[in-house]
Amino acid sequence: MRVQKCKGTRDLSPKEMKQFRLIEGVFRNSCLKWGYQEIKTPTIESLHLFTSTGTLTPGTLKKVYSFLDWDGWSGERVVLRPEGTIPAVRLYIDNLADKRLARLFYIINTFIFEETGKETREKWQCGTELIGAGSISADVELITLALEVLKKLGLNNIELKLSHAGLIRALLAGFGLSTEEQGKVFDQILDGNVAVLARLKAQTPELMRLLTPLLDLKGKTPGFLRNLKAVFNHNLPEFTPALDNFIGIVDLLEAMGQKYQIDIASGRGFEYYTGIIFQLFVGETKIGGGGRYDALIPLMGGKNIPASGFALQLDCLINLMKTLLPTEQETDRILIKLPDDQSRLIKEASQIAGNLREAGFIVSLAVGNEDKTDFRWLLRIKDKAPRFAITDQSSKRKLTARTMGDVLKLLGGEGGS
Amino acid sequence: MAVKIALPKGKLLAGTAGLLEKAGWQMDGYNEGLRNYRLKSARFPDLLAKVFQEKDIPIQVAIGNYDLGICGLDWIEELTSKYSASAPVKIRDLGYGKGTLYLAANEATVMPSLESLRSKSEVVRIASEYPNIAESFALNLRLRRFSIYPVWGAAEAYPPENATLALVAGSINEKLLNNGLKPLSKVLNFSAWLIANRKSWEQKDLSDVMATLKKVKLDTGEIKTSKKVAIFVQLPNIATDKDIVRLALPDGHQQKHTIELLNRAGIELDDYPSPTGNRRPTSNLEGVVIKVIRPQDMPLQVANGNFDLAITGHDWITDHLTLFPSSPVRELIDLKLGWVRIVAVVSKDVPADNIYDLQKFYTQGTTTIRVASEYVNIADKYARDNHLGMYRVVPTWGATEAFLPEDADLLIENTETGSTIARHSLKIIDTLFESTACLIGAKNGEYSSTKQTRIDKIARLLSKVTDK
Repeated sequence: MRVQKCKGTRDLSPKEMKQFRLIEGVFRNSCLKWGYQEIKTPTIESLHLFTSTGTLTPGTLKKVYSFLDWDGWSGERVVLRPEGTIPAVRLYIDNLADKRLARLFYIINTFIFEETGKETREKWQCGTELIGAGSISADVELITLALEVLKKLGLNNIELKLSHAGLIRALLAGFGLSTEEQGKVFDQILDGNVAVLARLKAQTPELMRLLTPLLDLKGKTPGFLRNLKAVFNHNLPEFTPALDNFIGIVDLLEAMGQKYQIDIASGRGFEYYTGIIFQLFVGETKIGGGGRYDALIPLMGGKNIPASGFALQLDCLINLMKTLLPTEQETDRILIKLPDDQSRLIKEASQIAGNLREAGFIVSLAVGNEDKTDFRWLLRIKDKAPRFAITDQSSKRKLTARTMGDVLKLLGGEGGS
Repeated sequence: MAVKIALPKGKLLAGTAGLLEKAGWQMDGYNEGLRNYRLKSARFPDLLAKVFQEKDIPIQVAIGNYDLGICGLDWIEELTSKYSASAPVKIRDLGYGKGTLYLAANEATVMPSLESLRSKSEVVRIASEYPNIAESFALNLRLRRFSIYPVWGAAEAYPPENATLALVAGSINEKLLNNGLKPLSKVLNFSAWLIANRKSWEQKDLSDVMATLKKVKLDTGEIKTSKKVAIFVQLPNIATDKDIVRLALPDGHQQKHTIELLNRAGIELDDYPSPTGNRRPTSNLEGVVIKVIRPQDMPLQVANGNFDLAITGHDWITDHLTLFPSSPVRELIDLKLGWVRIVAVVSKDVPADNIYDLQKFYTQGTTTIRVASEYVNIADKYARDNHLGMYRVVPTWGATEAFLPEDADLLIENTETGSTIARHSLKIIDTLFESTACLIGAKNGEYSSTKQTRIDKIARLLSKVTDK
């Protein structure tokens, strides 16, 4: 019987884990320095957290891993968390609701079924949530933080694509659709089905005449949005505030010299967005994104508190970084070998290993089957003087020492850390 | 190459037999008096036909045990609404066996609107034989909180007290369903379909067999639904409800034993067993409301507090507690009725006389062991505890013996005399446990003193006659 991993899962090898930790470290460091605090939510959550209108679209919900827990005889299901924001918001409502402003971040795995086998079903993400601020500067802070992390990772050719959920919702309201129908169309747009808009086109030509350029728009300047505002003389109460908010964010990004693209009809399956939606690409690969979700906290039973956030896809970043990773300075590794009859020297050897580790080396005691090329130094401990024999594997030089102090000197003097 | 087809028993049997006769298949023995599950066609000597419960057919075709199958669209949707990746190919609507799946509520209550269900913050409970369709419907409707009771049958009996809604099959344009259910929303129109395994459809020549079906002029019959019964629903009343004992009694072949026992204990029932399918019989017990549901579904219902007492089998409470070890359901009294043993069964040709032989036999191979059972959780635990390695549990809905040897490798089955098992050329290699009917209830149930007295009385009456 051959043991195989489950379809749609991914192993992370020691080399990939090094990249994983590096990315995680850069992200963590930036977040901490920007005043964000780390949280961790459980892998299992209640399904009903994700089912209400305004959370996840039915298309996404069909792909969550849901099951009955061991005490699930009531028939209510639990899920392996399909995304990070809703659990983070739940944690905020449960534990931090007295804080007016919360800057939170997390590194977690998420689970969504994927049929084709081209993508993994378990994904790792670095997420942040900025809860309690409804300002334009809050949105821009998140975008800037995301870009800083990517820049520190050495990624330069990042594309920032902007859309605005408030704008899409305001426009859909103008099609004379019922709230329910609006919701359905919005779901479908977010599930990536822009064809649904084509069907609307035929029904209301006048509004569509104005909507078409907006949906087809992949423009780069706020000038276009201003032009749109000037000509868009429609009776849509929510439209102007949404457009003003969009223009405000874009203006701020311009002022910071940040490049971006406006792409209204770009979707993902999260229905909770109410304002700006931003997505980050390297070439064709989407590596992250986020947006504003002001309605989510009250919907989940919290106070009327605005919030926004983003997530970076760790798996995608590992794949991209494979070629980019800076060649890291390896700490020297030492292998300690004892004579065959070990019992007399084992205590001393453990102490020596401990001292060397304190001094910054990576030290292993021989257990058999070692590949010597994995180590820079071989250190043999003997009964008789000179007690210590050292081999430098890089230069093939052999040295001896009488005391531990001499050993440290030799290792340090020969290029130890 | 042999073509394999799965044919339905039950409500689609007559229509399917008619279709195949017109198509000239000359299937001997495929009629209401069905004796053999494996059938041959005089027209197509290479055709292997096997008869299944309709529910089993989409699964059998999807996993590739059969190239073709005939079953209702409702059961195809039940599989594919959850597992779209393994969907069989829908080839042709055969026209007969028409019906509709309805989401329904009980007319004794104010009918909820779909909009009001959506805005509900308490849990919406849906009972159905179609749990996957029910879940998919609930997700698309955007219900905030819902729970699905996957029932073996009698879903129509649950609303309004034991479930908010039921998802049930009825005939087309039904105004009123059985047991006082009224449709809220149509979920699916269905009829019998010809389906194919995706791989067989793409790679195997099935044209001869299918060409004969193409020429047949199709019937357009509707499924028969049972006669409507007017029912009296005693609605929950906060003032008196705390004293009412809710008792569940079994339907099906258990009814005969159960009524005899109840009568011996001095409990008289009106309209049980009911010739019209009434699921709410009355009795001479004061303050006791009775409902008739499937014994398989009772432990879950007692666990959820929908019933205080129920008469079911030790086998079903064991299956329930295997899945939910911390469930509050407990066996109160062994009623010493309907004795069966739960056994592990293999084909006579398998060189194993006990489970250890079987373990050894399968460690040599590389194939997945298929364990078929109505007791999904017991079967799963048995395979796990006995280290069967790579195995998968195939859920069945009765007539499990017919699965061996071609569609399963091991059965976990109940048997009284073992004669059915012997007749199918099978052998018993292990006895898991013995099972009889029992009275079940919830442990640590907190009842009013009146209610506790009533529960104790029923228990006393029953233990008196079972102790003899």
